[in-house]
Amino acid sequence: MILFFKRAIYDIRTNRFLNAVTIITISLSILIVSSLVLFFVNANDYMNSWKKGIKIIAYLKPDIGKANLVDIKSKIQGLYGVAEAEFISKEEAMKRLREQIKRQSSLLDGLNENPLPDAFEIRLTGQSSNSEKIENLAVQLESLPEIDDVEYGQRWIGRFVKVFELFRLTGYAMSGIFFIAAVFIVANTIRLVIYSRREEIEIMRLIGASDRFIKAPFYIEGIIQGALGGIIGLAALFAAFFYISTSVEHGLSSDLLHIRFFPLRLSITIILCSMLVGWLGCFISLRQFLKE
Amino acid sequence: MIDKNDKSAIILMFHVHKKYGSKKALININLDVSKNEFLFITGPSGAGKSTLLKLLYLGESVSEGQILIDGMNLSRISRKRIPLLRRKLGIIFQDYKLIPTKTVFDNVALVLEAMGKKRQFVQKKVNSVLRTVGMESRFNALPQSLSGGEQQRIAVARAVVGAPKIILADEPTGSLDSESAGVIFDLLKGFHTRGGTLIVATHDKELIRKTGCRAIHLKEGRQVSK
Repeated sequence: MILFFKRAIYDIRTNRFLNAVTIITISLSILIVSSLVLFFVNANDYMNSWKKGIKIIAYLKPDIGKANLVDIKSKIQGLYGVAEAEFISKEEAMKRLREQIKRQSSLLDGLNENPLPDAFEIRLTGQSSNSEKIENLAVQLESLPEIDDVEYGQRWIGRFVKVFELFRLTGYAMSGIFFIAAVFIVANTIRLVIYSRREEIEIMRLIGASDRFIKAPFYIEGIIQGALGGIIGLAALFAAFFYISTSVEHGLSSDLLHIRFFPLRLSITIILCSMLVGWLGCFISLRQFLKE
Repeated sequence: MIDKNDKSAIILMFHVHKKYGSKKALININLDVSKNEFLFITGPSGAGKSTLLKLLYLGESVSEGQILIDGMNLSRISRKRIPLLRRKLGIIFQDYKLIPTKTVFDNVALVLEAMGKKRQFVQKKVNSVLRTVGMESRFNALPQSLSGGEQQRIAVARAVVGAPKIILADEPTGSLDSESAGVIFDLLKGFHTRGGTLIVATHDKELIRKTGCRAIHLKEGRQVSK
């Protein structure tokens, strides 16, 4: 193994140009695929935080007495998809309204009585945050006799989630296509390396070297090229990310927009995938070359 | 070690034909080579000398007929076992076929590395063989910095380092001056003296006359004399 590793390093050093081309090809492929992945990781974070913020407000009929509240609350909490139901009295609702409109709150002073109804503010479980399930739950709530009306202000999220899902699927497909394209580009570049060394390979075969002996250093080379390509691609992406995130976060409130880079585990996974690309490229090229 | 008194056949060729498309390169070759024999294959250019050697190391496969080398039937050999056959052989080419990016030492060591020999053994054996061919001082040189004669000495070193049973040499002195050719020939004779079997393709009649060894003559792919 040490011998194969030494031969691989020696071969990389003696075929610097072609090896550099392979490494650059891999790093560009990794850069493109990782950019897509990074976009979806951040977009997914936003979708999740928006989904967590989805609330349903169930307004109670005016004649519901306080004594029934415990019963209504347990009915609501018994519905599938409800994480928590919090009672908001009409007084509490008025207080919140005043806080929200602050300077214009004096407009409310002229009211003779509080027009706001009592309500339950319902938070959903993570699994129930898609638009169909929300609508389903809203229908079930409306069917309760004590409920007058149901409102969930972020209806638009349902549509947005669908568009996002479509984007995500497209992203997965594109990443897959880029992965396959990267493997074939790398295979072709490695084929050039092998072709430039065909005489050497032929001599090795003539002196009795087995296919395994010939292939092993190439595989190690492919894995090294993949690792270097992956690291360079990720480093370039990090530099671009750092530049863009700094400019964007300066322009906008950081609470509103916080973007993050890959966690360490995902970065390692990307580098491992890149090593797989290098190995697979070698595998395809060598299989064809040694058959000839 | 090789038993010099064992004169049984190590190579057998039965009705061997080789065609390239419609062109017949070898026609009905029958040959047996004994262990420790020094055999010349002679004939003019294009007679089929190199083709015959290629069939022996499976650089080409026969169109018809059978070849047996040290008990291995080349028509039935699996792809996986071809390296095992080639490790029984040491091959020397007229154009040396040294790897230009590897040093003299690495070119010779490659044979033993391919056989999976340990590093210390490789070091010791390669140094010893380089000493035998008089190239120990040039161990770190690249082939292109050597003369033709020196490159062929390295090729001989590479051919013998794995202790093969047979050496196949295709015009080993064809592109060398007489002094260098003499050195190479002495090295090959040394291998034969130590019990090895040697098949040399050459059109150098003087060389054949000097050694007095058996020679088969090829003409237009046919074996015209034994």
